[in-house]
Amino acid sequence: MTVYMRCLLSLFSLLAAALLLSACAKKLTFQGSDISDSQIGQNFTLQDQHGKPRQLSDFQGKVVVLFFGYTSCPDVCPTTLAELRTSMQQLGDAAKEVQVLFVSVDPERDTPQLLAQYVPAFNPSFIGLTGSKAQIDETVKAFRAVYQKQGNGPHYTVDHTAGTYLIDRNGQTRVLVNYGAGAAVFTHDIRQLLEQ
Amino acid sequence: MLKAAFAGAALLCATTLSYAHGFTVGDLTIQHPWARATAPAAKNAGAFMLIKTTKDDQLVKVDSDIAEKTELHEMKMADGVMKMSPIASLPVTVAAPAKLAPGGYHVMLLGLKRPLVAGEKFPLKLTFAKGGVVEVQVKVEDMTYQPKDDAHSGH
Repeated sequence: MTVYMRCLLSLFSLLAAALLLSACAKKLTFQGSDISDSQIGQNFTLQDQHGKPRQLSDFQGKVVVLFFGYTSCPDVCPTTLAELRTSMQQLGDAAKEVQVLFVSVDPERDTPQLLAQYVPAFNPSFIGLTGSKAQIDETVKAFRAVYQKQGNGPHYTVDHTAGTYLIDRNGQTRVLVNYGAGAAVFTHDIRQLLEQ
Repeated sequence: MLKAAFAGAALLCATTLSYAHGFTVGDLTIQHPWARATAPAAKNAGAFMLIKTTKDDQLVKVDSDIAEKTELHEMKMADGVMKMSPIASLPVTVAAPAKLAPGGYHVMLLGLKRPLVAGEKFPLKLTFAKGGVVEVQVKVEDMTYQPKDDAHSGH
């Protein structure tokens, strides 16, 4: 074997090793907070805006975007839903593989009928979920989120976790996007999960 | 002469445009008061605007007939939770206009008597400590409306 050939061979093996390494170590980088190791967000059972029972596992194979809110929310909820609407437009065809879930933390007022007037207005594919207080509490706890009713009488408001959770196609919660991050952050991180 | 007439016409247009959705009373100018359209059965909504002044003042009271209760609210993030609470007043200074925008301050409309429909307007009374009462027409934007210059650009 000539020196030239030996050189070529080692070059090839180096190249092959580099290729192999890059294939294995394809690490996802998110613009939101990576919470892949936190084990949060187990399965839940709630009702959608048509009164149909829904579980997280129903959406396996899709990237799920989950957000807690309520329809009488003046600020955070419409802002986040509007950002997600823009993000779906940015994703184009890929948006078909994404499911946005709006989980109500106001089961007293947010009936399925009310959710039906509100959530799909942002994007017809978005699903609003509600349930009994016990079902909501369990879901909120599973995502280590919080909510707190403020004020008495009919005109109360609800303080709640303002971040949005991104769940991968296998049902694992991966990213927490802070309130106000903007549509581009959603689009970037959702793409990462879609391409995974 | 003709040139002057054109300039005058242009000025008139500009003035009309800039005041298309702004209200000036005395020292105070309220720009683009807006609210999002609400779902037919939703009970609350927020109204937003930018208040500028040429003399330091304070917004001390908000009133409207469209809701059973109208309050001035502040939003604050605490450990990832957005907390909303009523405040007694909001300073409006020459140096710092009062910015009522998503993620910060807003006029809270509690117990809406009718839904807010995009394209409509409703009156809102703002009472200032020195400037007195200013009535503005709040423009109802689409439910999905996002202000171009929103509070996020601040952080």
